[in-house]
Parts: sequence; structure tokens; C-alpha cells
Amino acid sequence: MHGRYHEMAPNVVPMDYTKDPDVKLPMQLIINMPELKENPFKERIVESFSEDGEGSLSFNDFVDMFSVLSEMAPRELKAIYAFKIYDFNTDNFICKSDLEKTLNKLTREELTAEEITLVCEKVIEEADMDGDGKLGFADFENMISKAPDFLRYCFKKKIVSCIFSGIFLGYHCVV
Amino acid sequence: MCFLPLAEVFLPEETRAAAPVDFLQELPSYRSALRRRAAAGGGQERRTAPRGSAGLRGAEAWGPEPEPEGGGPAGRPAREYPLSIAEKRRLRDCQQADIKRSSGWKQWKRSSSKSLKKVLNEVKELLSYLELWRHDIHSIEGKFGTGIQSYFSFLRFLVLLNFIIFILMFSFVTLPSIISTYGIFNSSFAKTPPENIEPYCTVYKPSGNKGLVYFYTYLKDLLSGTGFLEGTSLFYGYYTIDAAWLSVLRYNLPLAYLLATFAYLALSLLWIIKRSVEGFKQNLVHHEDQFQSYCNKVFAGWDFCITDPNAARLKHRSLQYELQTDLEEERLKQKIADRTMKEKLRIYSLRMFINVIVIAVLSGCFYSIYRATVFSQENSNDVSNTNFQANLLVQYLPSMVITLANFIAPQIFSFLIRFEDYSPAFEIRLTLMRCVFVRLANIGVLLFSLWSQISYCATDKCKACGYNYELYPCWESEVGKEMYKLMIFDFIIILAVTLFVDFPRKLLVTHCSCKPVQWCGLQEFGISDNVLEIVYGQTICWIGTFFSPLLPAIATVKYFIIFYIKKISLIHTRKTAARPIRASSSNFFFLVVLLIGLVLAFIPLGISIAHIPSSKACGPFRSFNTSWAVVPATVLGFPTGLQQVLHGITSEAFAVPFFMVICLIMFYFIALAGAHKRVVEQLREQLVMVRFDPLVCTPKVFFVVSVIRHAEEQQCS
Repeated sequence: MHGRYHEMAPNVVPMDYTKDPDVKLPMQLIINMPELKENPFKERIVESFSEDGEGSLSFNDFVDMFSVLSEMAPRELKAIYAFKIYDFNTDNFICKSDLEKTLNKLTREELTAEEITLVCEKVIEEADMDGDGKLGFADFENMISKAPDFLRYCFKKKIVSCIFSGIFLGYHCVV
Repeated sequence: MCFLPLAEVFLPEETRAAAPVDFLQELPSYRSALRRRAAAGGGQERRTAPRGSAGLRGAEAWGPEPEPEGGGPAGRPAREYPLSIAEKRRLRDCQQADIKRSSGWKQWKRSSSKSLKKVLNEVKELLSYLELWRHDIHSIEGKFGTGIQSYFSFLRFLVLLNFIIFILMFSFVTLPSIISTYGIFNSSFAKTPPENIEPYCTVYKPSGNKGLVYFYTYLKDLLSGTGFLEGTSLFYGYYTIDAAWLSVLRYNLPLAYLLATFAYLALSLLWIIKRSVEGFKQNLVHHEDQFQSYCNKVFAGWDFCITDPNAARLKHRSLQYELQTDLEEERLKQKIADRTMKEKLRIYSLRMFINVIVIAVLSGCFYSIYRATVFSQENSNDVSNTNFQANLLVQYLPSMVITLANFIAPQIFSFLIRFEDYSPAFEIRLTLMRCVFVRLANIGVLLFSLWSQISYCATDKCKACGYNYELYPCWESEVGKEMYKLMIFDFIIILAVTLFVDFPRKLLVTHCSCKPVQWCGLQEFGISDNVLEIVYGQTICWIGTFFSPLLPAIATVKYFIIFYIKKISLIHTRKTAARPIRASSSNFFFLVVLLIGLVLAFIPLGISIAHIPSSKACGPFRSFNTSWAVVPATVLGFPTGLQQVLHGITSEAFAVPFFMVICLIMFYFIALAGAHKRVVEQLREQLVMVRFDPLVCTPKVFFVVSVIRHAEEQQCS
């Protein structure tokens, strides 16, 4: 894992992490990684895991990101981060504008405006429990727990297992 | 997924004491959760609620800060919390401080459970490396999506199933026969001539090749199971042994043969049901078509494993098409609801007319298969060694007609269904069901026509034997030969289509740029067609294994090779589908079709075993009337007490009350599921009515959500 992080910017990232250096890689480098390159939500993913919300990841954040994306992370954890990613304006709700942005990213803006409105209405109708016209975390989690393909498709990377990250950071009890 | 963590996460300390909504206390799930909490809690009041991590400022919705208390062992590992690494480190240090404070016994328990979990994880990883074709299926999933990947997983499942069936039949039937025939390990066998049977019924001379024969005779024999192949352990006729003696132990081969047959059928049934239970639960509780389909597509539609730009482009397009299709279906539903009486009448009469045409097509197929089988049987018994090609053609005529029918009928069905004006999803399902029926019924018709030939008795002598002893002294081997031919031909066709249709098409499309060729283009990988193909092959294997015990081995090899053929064909000659089927629905569909095939395989086997008199000239069931008769004969040899018990179990006095009790239990579970569903609906309405008020109702809302989810899980399980 550290090798991958290091090779993205070899002149910036030190090999020795025992002194806990404060090194952050900018978003542009991270979203060009082959695993994330084709993902329409790559910018949002990186922003959700970065500490300053701007998209630059320290090594800790980097490991965090792949830990959640790995197959071994539990569903609740993935649901929490999925919510953050789809919440474009970071107001703790997935409102209609967030949904529109999600749809446009998913279909590369091929749908007509009328179709987008219809789909957004349908989504809110299906998932909104408390009737406030937008999806809170409870609605989102309830809905995602019933989505059979969520664990299968989403948030699944087969490259990293959490044991790796443990070894690198000296975790021996993060089991 | 467990109830506890969510409640712990979102409930603040104070409201834990009383249930916010009265009627929720009545829920059995709530009661059991209380019991569980009481058992797990004790002194443990630890709530490690996830704090909003960086990027979400002021996240009050997430609940209070983590405060792991001393006393009990910390529940979840730190890596399962949505905290940044620094905070996870802090949490881990707190947890470790806890451990140091707790007693030695608890420390040991904790460390041993941790190391056990680690070991189990590593063992699981190692075992996953042993999985057959793991890497191939992963790469197919990455490039072509999960619908096609589920087809290849299905193929792998069939390879394993056939291999296990082969091991079963080989170890219980073939191996003892071979050992006792060759006298290994001091074994011998007994061949008791059947009593009360006319001597002419017992004459059977499998014509092996004697003397000098042309080479092509061997090829013909290999392809049609005659000649030298007939007397081998491939076919039923080899097992003409009534009992095998291994030093002093008596091995009842007829009983073993029958029980092995039942065992492989039961094994297949249980394994398929086990695999399909997951998909069935999902489909029963959450009819995906009507429920949450848009949310699923928007939030769970993108496949995060895609790294290939082509695959990404196609995934974008497929999501777009799926959403557009769904909107189209909504519009169609509206249109159907707006239909007038006159239009409805017209549509229904048109549909009835088209169904009549479908039935006519089916009858045409069945009749042609019947005539082809009759012709093939009559002529293959007359012609001998004269014209190699003609003979082979006659032998393979039923298989060819079946393959032709399997190819033409689906085309006709998909042409006709357009006029019936159904919704797109229903169109697909109806066409599929019709194709499944055609393919599986064709095998049934073949067997029926074979039996009509075998049991056609003109003379009294023939009636004494029970079957046509002149033409079919060993009729089970004949049926085995037909199944063998069907299987070989199926394999040849798959090979031929890939070599002579797919690859030339690809070459043509790549190198020739004229309009019609480019318009034709490459073919998509039709998942349903391919699945029906292999289910058809598997049904043949299931039926044929009774008559030809080594057939599963041939099936294993055949599917093994087909995997590679299909994979190569997919990668090199197919374009990716514009509308890929999703994995969750396709897995269930494949297993349902396979189950239909298995159930349909029971029928001919049941009739052969229990109804048709077994041949007296060959096979382990010579001394019995029918193959089933060996079981009552064995039961008569048991001690009296056991006999009485068995008779009691199989009598009507036991069967009818047993059946009624089973029905009652089933009704109970259906009623329970219905009740849970109603509770879920009520809670959903309750949730909508409870306004989201952070000062008062936050815990209520989240608690009710979690209870709904728990109730749904109860419903699922």
C-alpha cells in the first residue's frame, strides 16, 4: 500500500514513516490511479476521505479510503461513506440537486431534463421515510440495506485487505 | 447485520430505558433484542458511536462521542468505525487500556478469539485460492459485468455438481462391479439366473467387434455407443451382477445401484435449493420490480470494480438504458390502465390466437421428434455396416431434429410475442418460459417415443417378457445410448457453432466494411440462450445417469471444455450487451430453470424405475419385476420389528396425517410472514407520521427505522 502511495509522487512521499511526517498528495494525483480513473464519483470519494475536505489525502486517509472500499469492510461502514459521497453539497442530506448531480455523473448527461426530474422524484418517493422531500441518513441506510447489489457492486475493491494496512502502520490488534 | 450496533449507535443513553412507542414492545423481535442486550450488556454500557469524520463538520446527527468503558471486552474492532486513522489509533489504545484493566481470564479469552478470527480469515483466503477458475471469473466480471459472470459461476457449479455425482456413482456402482469382475482383493460375484422367466427373454449378446473391421467402425461406435462401447461399464448392460462378495461381506449391487440413483437426485435437489434460497428470500420479500428499483439503480448501479474505459462507457450506457426502460414501463402501465373495453377484447382475443399458434408450433416439434425417433430406431436396427455416413446420420437423427427444434422455436416465439402487447419485462419472462418448456419437453417426447417402441408388443411371447425382447434385449442400454448420443451431439454443436459461426462472423466484421455486414455486426452474449443450453445438457445428464453410470464424467469434461470455449468466444467474438442483466436476478433465474429441469428429470426416471419392467437379459435388476422391486425385497429381509415400522411409515394411516401436519406448518409460516409484512407496513406509516425533530424525535426515528429493518430481517429468515 505504501508502495502505491509512494510511487504516485516519489519525490514528495518519504519511505520512512516512523516520524509521522505531514505529507499530503493532491486530488489530481489520486484520481488518476487506475482503480479510480473510470469511476464517475472519484472526486467525491477522495473529498470524503480527506481531512480538510479539499481532496488532498495523507497516507492515513489513503489507507482509510481503500480500507472502506475493500471487500472486507462491513456494510454499515460502507453505507456511511456512501452517504457522504452522494451528498454533494455536504449538508447531511441527499436532496434533489444532489440526486441530479449523481444521475448526471452516472449517465454522462445522456438523459433529458424531464427524465432526470422523473427519476429523482421516483427515488425520493421510494426512499424518503419522513416526508421531508430529501433523504436523511436513516432513509438512505434503510434503503441501501435492501439493495441486493450494494455489497456486490459498490464500494468493492479487491486489491487491499485490511491486514495490509495493519502491517504497515504497526497495527497488530486491528482485527 | 445485527440490531445491537445501530441501536447503540443512535440511541442516546437516556432513552434506552423505555421503548418510545408502546406497540413496539409487543414485537417478538423487540423482546428478543431486549433479551440479547441484557445478556450481552451486564456492566457494559459502552457505546462506541461513530463520530463524524473529517469532511463533515458539526455532524450532530451522528450521535455522541465514543467512550469505551472499562469492564467488558470491546465489541467491534477499531477498523469497522468510520473514523480517521488517528482516531482509530486512539480508540485502539483505549481498547487496549481496557484489556489491561480486565482480568486475566478475559484477556486470554479476548486474545484467543482474536487469533482464532485471524486464523479463520487466513484459512478462508487460502481456500478461496483453491476455487476453480477464480482468476478467470474475476477478470470476466471486470470486463463484462456481473450478469455474464454469474453465467460462468453457474457453469462452474455444474462442473462441480457433475463431478460429485460421478464420484458417487463410480464409488458405489462401478468400482464394486469392476473389483468383483476382476477378482481383486479376493472378491467374486454372483450371477443368479432369474426364475419364472421365459428363457428367450434372457438372451443378450452385445455385439462387440470381432475380427478385422474398418477403422471408421470404431469411430462410429464411439459416436453412437454401439459396438465395442456397448459392453463396457459405460452402459447399464455391464452391471449384470446380482451380488458381489468381498471376502465375507456381501455387497448388494442392485440395491446400491438404485440407492445411488436416489442419492444423486437428492444431492442435486438439496444443493440447488441451498444455492437458490438466498435469491428466493430477496424475491419473495422485496419484489424488486415494484420496490425500490430506481434507488437500486441510482445508488447501487455503478460497478466500482470497473477499470477498463470501454467497460465504463458501456456501463454508463447500460444504466442510461435501464433507467429509460423503467420510465418507459411506467408509461406503458399508464397506457394499459387507460385501455377501453373494446381494446381489451381485441388484445385478449389476439393473445388467445397467438397462444394457439404457439401450441401448434409445439405440437409440430413434438410430432417431428416422435417420427424421427421411430424412424431412427427402425432403421438403425436394419442397416448394419453398409454405409458409414448414412448409418451415423440415422443414429443421430433424433438429436438433430431436437437441436433444430430448439433453435427454430425460440425464434418463432420471440417473433410472435411482439404482437401480444405485454410489458417488456413480462415479454422477456414469457418467452423464456416458453423456450424452457420447449427444450425440456423435447427430451420428454424423445423418451416417450423410445418407450413406445420398446414396449410395443405384437406377439404373446413379447407380452410375457413385458417389452420387445427381440429388438431390445437390454432396453436400458438403448436408452443410455440415446442419452449418450444427445450429450455428444450437444457438445459437437456448441463447438461447431463457435468455430464455424462466431469466428468467421468476427473475421467478416473486422475485415469487410460493406454495409450489410456492418449492420449485422457482432452478436451479443445471450445469457438466457446459453443458460438454457447448459440446463438442457444437464437434464440429459440427470436422466441418463441411471442408464449409463459414467455419463456424469463425460458431462464434467464437456462442461469443463465448454467453459474455455465460451470464455474465448466471449472475449474475442462478442460485443458487450447494451442492457446487461443484473446478477441478483440472474442467479435466481438460472437456479429456477435448473430446478425445473431436475423436476422434469424425475418424471421419466420415476416411470422407468417403477413402472416399466426391467430387462431380464442384462443389468442388476434381472431377478425383479421392475427396478423398484429390489427395495421391497430388501425390506422383507429386515427383522420383523423394523419391517413393521417401515410398513407403518409408508401406509396411508401415517402418510395422510403427516401430509396434513406439513400443510399446517407451511400455513403457519405463511401467516407469520404475512403478519410481519403488515407490521412493517404499519411501522412505515408510523415513521412517516413522526416528524423529524432533532430535539425530541431523533432517537425515536432511528430506533423505529432499526426496528423496521429488524422486522424485515425476521421476515426474511
